Order: sequence, then C-alpha cells, then structure tokens
Amino acid sequence: MTHKNINLKLKVWKQKNSKSAGNFETFVVKDISTEMSFLEMFDVLNERLIGEGKEPIAFDHDCREGICGTCSMYINGRPHGPWHATTTCQLHMRAFNDGDTIVVEPWRANAFQVIKDLMVDRSAFDRIIQAGGFISVNTGNAVDANSMPVEKDKADASFAAAACIGCGACVAACKNSSAMLFVSAKVTHLALLPQGSPERRTRALNMVAQMDKEGFGSCTNTGACEAVCPKEISIENIARLNKEYLMAGLTLEK
Amino acid sequence: MLDAKIPAGPVDQKWTKYKGSVKLVNPANKRKLEVIVVGTGLAGASAAASLGELGYKVKAFCFQDSPRRAHSIAAQGGINAAKNYQNDGDSVYRLFYDTIKGGDYRAREANVHRLAEVSTSIIDQCVAQGVPFAREYGGLLSNRSFGGTQVQRTFYAAGQTGQQLLIGAYQALERQISLGNVTMHSRHEMLDVVMIDGKARGIICRNLVNGELERHFGHAVLLCTGGYGNVFYLSTNAMGSNATAIWKAHKKGAYFGNPCFTQIHPTCIPVSGDHQSKLTLMSESLRNDGRIWVPKQKRETRKSIDIPEEERDYYLERRYPAFGNLVPRDVASRAAKERCDAGYGVGTSKQAVYLDFADAIKRYGKIEAGKRGLENADEATIIKLGKEDVKEKYGNLFDMYEKITGENPYEVPMRIYPAVHYTMGGLWVDYDLMTTVPGLYTLGEANFSDHGANRLGASALMQGLADGYFVIPYTIGNYLADEIRTAEIPTDHPAFIQTENAVSDRLNILMGIKGKQTVESFHKRLGKIMWDKCGMARNAEGLKQAISEIQQLKKEFWSDVRIPGEINEMNPELDKAGRVADFIELGELMCIDALQREESCGGHFREESQTEEGEALRHDDKFMYVSNWEYQGDHQWELHKEALNYEVVKPSQRSYK
Repeated sequence: MTHKNINLKLKVWKQKNSKSAGNFETFVVKDISTEMSFLEMFDVLNERLIGEGKEPIAFDHDCREGICGTCSMYINGRPHGPWHATTTCQLHMRAFNDGDTIVVEPWRANAFQVIKDLMVDRSAFDRIIQAGGFISVNTGNAVDANSMPVEKDKADASFAAAACIGCGACVAACKNSSAMLFVSAKVTHLALLPQGSPERRTRALNMVAQMDKEGFGSCTNTGACEAVCPKEISIENIARLNKEYLMAGLTLEK
Repeated sequence: MLDAKIPAGPVDQKWTKYKGSVKLVNPANKRKLEVIVVGTGLAGASAAASLGELGYKVKAFCFQDSPRRAHSIAAQGGINAAKNYQNDGDSVYRLFYDTIKGGDYRAREANVHRLAEVSTSIIDQCVAQGVPFAREYGGLLSNRSFGGTQVQRTFYAAGQTGQQLLIGAYQALERQISLGNVTMHSRHEMLDVVMIDGKARGIICRNLVNGELERHFGHAVLLCTGGYGNVFYLSTNAMGSNATAIWKAHKKGAYFGNPCFTQIHPTCIPVSGDHQSKLTLMSESLRNDGRIWVPKQKRETRKSIDIPEEERDYYLERRYPAFGNLVPRDVASRAAKERCDAGYGVGTSKQAVYLDFADAIKRYGKIEAGKRGLENADEATIIKLGKEDVKEKYGNLFDMYEKITGENPYEVPMRIYPAVHYTMGGLWVDYDLMTTVPGLYTLGEANFSDHGANRLGASALMQGLADGYFVIPYTIGNYLADEIRTAEIPTDHPAFIQTENAVSDRLNILMGIKGKQTVESFHKRLGKIMWDKCGMARNAEGLKQAISEIQQLKKEFWSDVRIPGEINEMNPELDKAGRVADFIELGELMCIDALQREESCGGHFREESQTEEGEALRHDDKFMYVSNWEYQGDHQWELHKEALNYEVVKPSQRSYK
C-alpha cells in the first residue's frame, strides 16, 4: 500500500471537566502518515502539546483493535468517523486528504456527561445491564453445554446481536439520544436463546424502565443508530425489543 | 525451596480430594467477609461474580470506564475444553498433557491437571449464561483446532470469543452488583497493597476522574490484572494494560515467578512506522487454513501473487511435517524470525512473512460447489464460493486486516510478523492461588501458574475463567475460614495512612520532576531495549547490556520526565508515568531472569542453548524449577526456586516434526 504524508487542521472540543463550559480549539498537524490510525494521529499531536508545555487532549481508548468499545469520537458529524462499520481506533488516516479540516467532538447526550475533553461517562449502560441484561445462573448450576441444542439460525442471530461493544455510537448518532439499539441488542441476544427465555419478560420491562430513568430519549425509527454502528447491529433488533416489551406488558402477571 | 502446598495423592485425584477437605465458611460468616478484586477481565469478573454469589462482600476495581472493557475482550480464537464432543480422542489427560508439553515442561503438573479438569465446567457455565458459541446445523456446539494439539477442542464465537466470554462474566458481575453483593469502582487504579500484621488487608487506589486517593479494606485481596506485555511498548495488549498492581504487590513481598517467560505471537500485523502505538493480532485460528510462506529467493522484489508455487518456501510445513502450520506459537515465531533474519522477509520492512489463504479459498470453494451440486464449476465460481466460506469463518479478522493495512487479504496474502502477546510469568502462587503474601491472591494472566514457558492457543481464556469461576471460590475458603473473627479494619488504621502517604509522595515526586522528555518517549525506549535484547532470541551479552541500559533509563526517567497537568484532577499522563516507571523496573527483572536461565525453553530462547537444527534446548538437570524473585531493594533481587516434579508426564525434547 502506498502511503503519503498529509497536513490537517483539527477543531477539537476542549472541556476541563463536567462542570465547566467547553469550546473548540484549533490545532494544525503536519506530516501525518496515511498509515496511521486516527488515534495515533492524536498521539502525535499530544506528544507535541506536552513538548510545548501544554495539556494534551483527553480521549478514551484502550484496545485499539475495535473490540473493547472504549474509543468514542464524533468525527465530522458522525460517531467514529467516515468509514462504515469501523470504530475510531480502526479508522486510518488514508480516509482523509491533505488540507482537510476535521471536527472532533465527544458523544453528546444528556445521559452521557462529558468528563473531560472527548471523554464521556457511559456508566448508564452498565446500570441498564444491571436492570436485567443477564441470565440468572450462579456458577456451578449449569447443565452439560450440549444438553440444550440451539437452532443455528437463532444462535447466529443471537451472536450477531451480542456483537455489540457498548460504545454508545448509537446514542450519539440519534437525534433523540435514544439507547434503543443498545438495549434491543442485549434483549435480542438473550431472548433468542432457550437459556434466556425464563426471564425474557422481566428483562425487557426492567431494561427499558432503566433506560428511561437514565434520561435516554425515545426511538423514532430514523435508523441513524444502525448506520453508524461499528458492529452493524441491525435495527430489526429494535422491532424485536418492541415486541418483547409489548408481550411482556400484556402477559406479565402482577 | 518454596512450598506450593500441592495436595498429596495421584494427580487426577488431588483436586477432588482437596475440594472434599478444604475449609468452608458458613453463609452467615461470608456476609461479614470482604474481598477486594482488582481487575475485571475474565479472571476478575468471574471471581467477583462467583464470590458475590457465594455471599462474600466484594469490592471490584478497574481502570477502564466499565468492567466490560477489560482486554480479555480482544481474545479472538477460542477457549479449550476437554469435552471430546468431536469423539476425536480428547480427554482431560490429553489436555493436561498437551498443556504441559506445550509449556515445554516448566509448568506445575497439579495446577495444569486441575485446569484441564475444570475446563469442561467452564463451557457448561458459559453456555448457561448465554454465551453464543458457534454451533453446527444440528444445534450443537462447534469446535476448531488450534496450535500445539491434534484434536479439535477449541470452542469459539467467530473471531470474538474473548468478547463473548467476557460479556458473559460481565453480565454475571453486573447481576451481583444489582443484588448488592458487589460494589464496582470503575476508573480506579490500584496503587498499593496495604499490609497489616504481615497480611494483605486492603489497597490504596486513585480515582482516575478526580485524582483523589482512596483507601479500601478487604479480608483478602485478589489481583486479576492481566499480563505485562506492554513492557515491550509495542504488543497486542491494550494501551492501558499494565503491571502496576502486581509490581506494587511484588514490592510488598510477593515473589515474581519466571518473569522472562514472554509469548511472542507469530501472526500479527507488522509494524508500519515510528508512529505505531500497538500491534494487532491475527488469530491463531487463521493457521488452520492459512499457509505460511516466504519466497525461496533472498530479497525477492516481485509481488506475492507473481511468485510461482515452486518458488515459495512453506517453511513450517517443510520443517515440521507432523504439525505443519499448526506448530506452537514459540516455534512458529522463531521460524519466522529465522527466515527474515536470513534475508527472505517480505514487505517494505522485510520483517514479515506471508499468510496465504488462496489454497483454503479453493478448497472450501470446491466443497461448497459439491454441496450445491455444481459438477463442473469453473475456477471463478469456486473462488467466489470459497471466499464466501472464508468470510463466514474469518470475516471480521479479514476486515480488520484491510482497515489497518489497506490491502485485501481475499486477493493477496496477509503479511504477518511475530509480536509480544502474553506473559506466562507473573506473581508466584501456590495451589490455592495465594502469593507469598498471606491473603493476597493472583488469578489469570497476572499469575505465573499454568502455562510454563509457552502458552498454547485458546488456553488463556480457559485459565482466566478456571481461576475465577471454579478455583478461587473453593481455595479462598481455606484462608477466610480462619478470618471470621477479624472484624473490618477501619481505614484510619496507621497502616492505611502510611501507605497512602507513600503513594501520595511518589505521585508528588513524579509531578515535581518537570523534565523535558515525555512519558511515551521513555516507554518507547524501554520497549526497544526489551525487544532487541530480551525478545525472541536472547544472549548473555545482550542481556547484560540491556540491564545496564535499563538502569540508566530509570535514572533518566526519574530526573527528566515531563508530566503536564495537575495531581488533583484527571491526568492520564500521570497515570501512564506511574505505569511506565513500574515497567522499567520490571524490564530489568525480566532481563535478570533471562540471564540467569541459561537454557532455552518455550518462549525463552537463549542463543547459547540450541540444538544443531536451531530448536530450543532445555537443560532439565539444571533448570527444572520455577524462578521466583524476591524484591530486596533498588536493583536487588534474591532467587528462590520451586522445584518442578514430574510424576506423570515424562519430560522429553519437544518435537513437532
């Protein structure tokens, strides 16, 4: 692959902490190899800032291979940037041209407060899982793994939903800041498996209730979440969640 | 000699007997006992959840923003278990034997046998939690093969097995949090162990959001903080993966076992430039179908696809006909290095070999054409069908490769090169997983225990979950049963205050240096020393140089590091500085250990000790032991040996020919 070096202008959101106001700052970066990842470009910039006696830009990142779900940059108006089905850490600089201006913001949602610069607090997702995103089986209770066959189609669909990395791009992309894609992926993952069946009603009700409590908005089916999801979680999951929720509401005995 | 407290009796009965006689803690007392779990990867999350289920009061800590992000999530290929669902001759004994042999006879038999025994329960537990493993059309679980074995015992979920297992453990953990049995502290980093009367009684940690130091009491402390591969700067570990927790414990008296045993994984995407921040693994499962080769001609300039079949050297198949491309990782890595060093490497850096799927695509294409009744399918159709099949098996890995390199691996072979991946070494633990510090346990990759000098693929996930779900819930009772009379110790106890002051002093010293060089630049320099002199091949002269270079680097770090920002706020550079300072010290110990072990075994290859064919040559007469280092002060360690007694497996020269 041939590579070249490019120069860019970055407009990056800077915010000292959750209580202070933030603003955009402009940085010029030069001689950026197109082989670099987007975050490596930030590394280069941060090294320079430290050298100049300034504070580096804070951003969340960890595995840098697109699976941990930590990285979260809103790049040119799109969560995780221009590439389809790609996390910020897997976005590479060959996606950009020499002279481009790139605007980088944190996820913006009431339920995701900014901690510093580009870092946000996504603990609301953990609390939604706590509300019911699990199968209640203590260690040691399990029967033999092959005692319960699962239809391959269902197992595959369950796996596809379970691929969610909990990054929050769906919320960031949604004009209502809805977390329906995240919640529906978990509900689908577990509802499609026989092991998850006994709790499917309470799970759907409790997870949705927690989602509302956290301040996420409603779903109006615009599909922005699916379009930006780095793991290509399908919006069909939201339809399934609605069905699960409705069924649960109708049939749950109080 | 260290006593590992291995139960008496035949190896296949030790664990059963142990479980039948281990001390128990009654439910009412469990509620009064507090356990601290640091790290929430497979080992930590499974331990915290299981101990919570048992009724202990658990406090869990992780530096990430959520326990779901721990780096176990990045494991791709699979998890081993001796289920023998394939009826291909697998058994607990075979898994035990393969692991001991794969580890080049430097692991403890009793622990490895226990690991193989509980492996089957792990799969049951994970399926019950809803882990969506790959399945066959009949609805039953699917298996694949992995390096170093001749059976199919690896369970997987596409190339995301670690993710699915971790999410399973995470959900179990979140459930315990919702039930009030576990309190979770995310974005917290442990910075020291608190010792009271010779026992581990708590930790000091830093709240990474506001910079405040916190004291936490526990009747026992479990470190489940993963490996230390980031000593090498470039590795397949996450950016945040660090050794600080185990290093602080080491300085408080926990012996460090086999620090030099590092796994260099053969199939990673090569380095592309100085900006490189981490390396990305391409799962070992790819070696099931990919063929590894280099050109037969030195300094070849043609493109891969222009090199005819007869001018390609499939060197693993040539050297190791019995295992071929599926030799263990250490063997595959060294073979790649050997070819590249000899001038046969490919790509712009010439530090890479090809991993080629062309044959697999054709093979699968033909099978698929046969299934569909296409008798005279043309080449293009076969290749199209084959690509679809390969995509289903490895699609996410191929996509990841293309995003990083800009090359399409369905059309041209991948370029791969070995990279630091896993550390077999870690804190020494006895059969109970307790370190040499009473009340301080270490689980998962952070301990030294089960993989000897080389870990087999798909065994890290197995060990992490074995330790957390099925070992510690039993063994911790042995200690806590005697702690039921210990009341909660208030954190204004002098030991807490003193330890917190020491942590605070160190942070202030770091902030006060106000030098010129960045933390990152020191880390890069350490990584280069380690990779060049304590990497895939090591020799006495290089290691001695490395030790003195690292000592020099340490001095420079503590006099010239520049950390921006403030101490009482979020400060990722300060966090990183603390970690790099610890990596520097650990790097020195790794070199000391590598120098002391004058033999080659597994991932530790001393150039002075090789066979005529260039294979690792062990010296069982001199080095059949675990090297455990006791910290005695700056640059000072004392070696304690744990002899390894092979009662069942007879050590032999490992052969994969």
